[in-house]
Amino acid sequence: MTGLRAATAIVGIAEAVSPTGELDQRGLALEARMIREALADAGLGIGDVDGLCYGGNPSGMAEFLGIHPRFLDGTAVGGSSYELHVEHAAAAIAAGLCEVVVGVYAATPRSDRKRSSGNNGPRRFGPPPPGMEWEMPYGLRGPIGSYALSASRHMAEYGTTSEQLAQIAVDTRRWAALNPSARHRDLITIDDVVGSPMQASPLHLLDCCLVTDGAGAFVLTSAERAADLARPPVYVLGAASASDHGSSMTQMPDLTTTAGAVSGPAAFSTAGVTPPEVDLLMGYDSFTITALLHLEDLGFCAKGEGGEFAADGKLGPGGSLPMNTNGGGLSCTHPGQYGMFLIVEAVRQLRGEAGDRQLDGPEVAVAHGSGGVLSTMGTVVLGTEATR
Amino acid sequence: MKLMEPRDDERHEPFWTATREGILMLPWCNECDAAFWYPRPVCPRCLGDDLGWRAAEGTGVVYAVSVQHRPGTGRDVDDGPYAVAVVSLPEGVRMLTNVIGCDPGDVVVDMAVTVAWHELSDGRQLPMFEPGSQPTTRE
Repeated sequence: MTGLRAATAIVGIAEAVSPTGELDQRGLALEARMIREALADAGLGIGDVDGLCYGGNPSGMAEFLGIHPRFLDGTAVGGSSYELHVEHAAAAIAAGLCEVVVGVYAATPRSDRKRSSGNNGPRRFGPPPPGMEWEMPYGLRGPIGSYALSASRHMAEYGTTSEQLAQIAVDTRRWAALNPSARHRDLITIDDVVGSPMQASPLHLLDCCLVTDGAGAFVLTSAERAADLARPPVYVLGAASASDHGSSMTQMPDLTTTAGAVSGPAAFSTAGVTPPEVDLLMGYDSFTITALLHLEDLGFCAKGEGGEFAADGKLGPGGSLPMNTNGGGLSCTHPGQYGMFLIVEAVRQLRGEAGDRQLDGPEVAVAHGSGGVLSTMGTVVLGTEATR
Repeated sequence: MKLMEPRDDERHEPFWTATREGILMLPWCNECDAAFWYPRPVCPRCLGDDLGWRAAEGTGVVYAVSVQHRPGTGRDVDDGPYAVAVVSLPEGVRMLTNVIGCDPGDVVVDMAVTVAWHELSDGRQLPMFEPGSQPTTRE
């Protein structure tokens, strides 16, 4: 079961994020540019690519790129798709199915809304859920309402407070202040968060992620091939995923525990890493409650103690568990599916390329994505040469 | 209260017909001898298709609740904030619903609720819940 450990490495990344929240390009042009830049970062060309991860139609994308892949992954489970892509691609490379896999994501909801083009790219959520009949009439605002229900239950069961959730937004903004690409960089206080307009109780406006344009890509290859490429390899030490419902919160077994309680320990086990050894957590923060649940489910603290754990500011700059150093979905960027940016920032930090927000020699980073409405979790443990 | 009316799906005819009488039916697996929610063509426990419908007690307990301060799809902002809850039924299923008949802010986790009905334009009724532990019937 340890065949995955350090068998592959991320050797190239690219990202397009703007402080305006908007990008000039979109669609296939933007996706192609991300792929080109990630390959250039790796010192590879499109001709080297024999595998493609794309949460739309991967054969259509392959045709557009003019490549003939022997590995395709069209997994589209929402925001965590990109963690699942790394997991699946790493397994495929380790098994000898292919050698160089590229994964890409782009979405431009912010500028699309202005253009009112009606073309938001491929839909990535599959067929319409049965909720049309049994849930739509009740007017749960999507997606925030589902997360609000989870937060409601967490508060009732464990005494978690709005102020504790707010601390996550505050610390994430402190990181964003150090990232020139982040959308929002002005510092905020707990009072700002709990005083911002209530959206779906108990979640306020500043408990919610942004809506911006954004795009990114990664290149993954075998550890052998990675050894003589342009950048220091960032090894995939472990990866795992798990899902416990689709789109209905009535089907989630426990609204306070996500499938990350399965994917997290599985990925850590493969990696041979424990939570205290993690130098950076890139934990999907669509809402403050999302990030709080990750802290518990991945084992950084016990179930129910996430609020208290986060309350002392340890997730921010200078803290003992740096989380979302790019400013996260809460303050940097969130084009609808944020998982790609978790990977890009983790790689950047492990390479020592994160500028003013660079951590001091991090060796282990975790990118943990959440897709759907706390539905499908993907955990990727990444490491440097030192932890290989 | 404006909302998106669910279509009258013939596969779920026993459910919607019963709502006209103020009876909440649950899909039932005869193999597992247990209810499930939401209705679907196979039992989500055993994948069996020997299914039927049985009347629920019509009571429940709030498992989680969120007041929507900005309306979801199909709702009217003029109707003001409203409570969306996941309610646990004694039959062992959880339903998404609205809790009505009180200030939405007063709906809390672990509150006992009873089925209440919202009439649709074609005479069917949409099950909702209201505070209280005694079964109520409409009219």
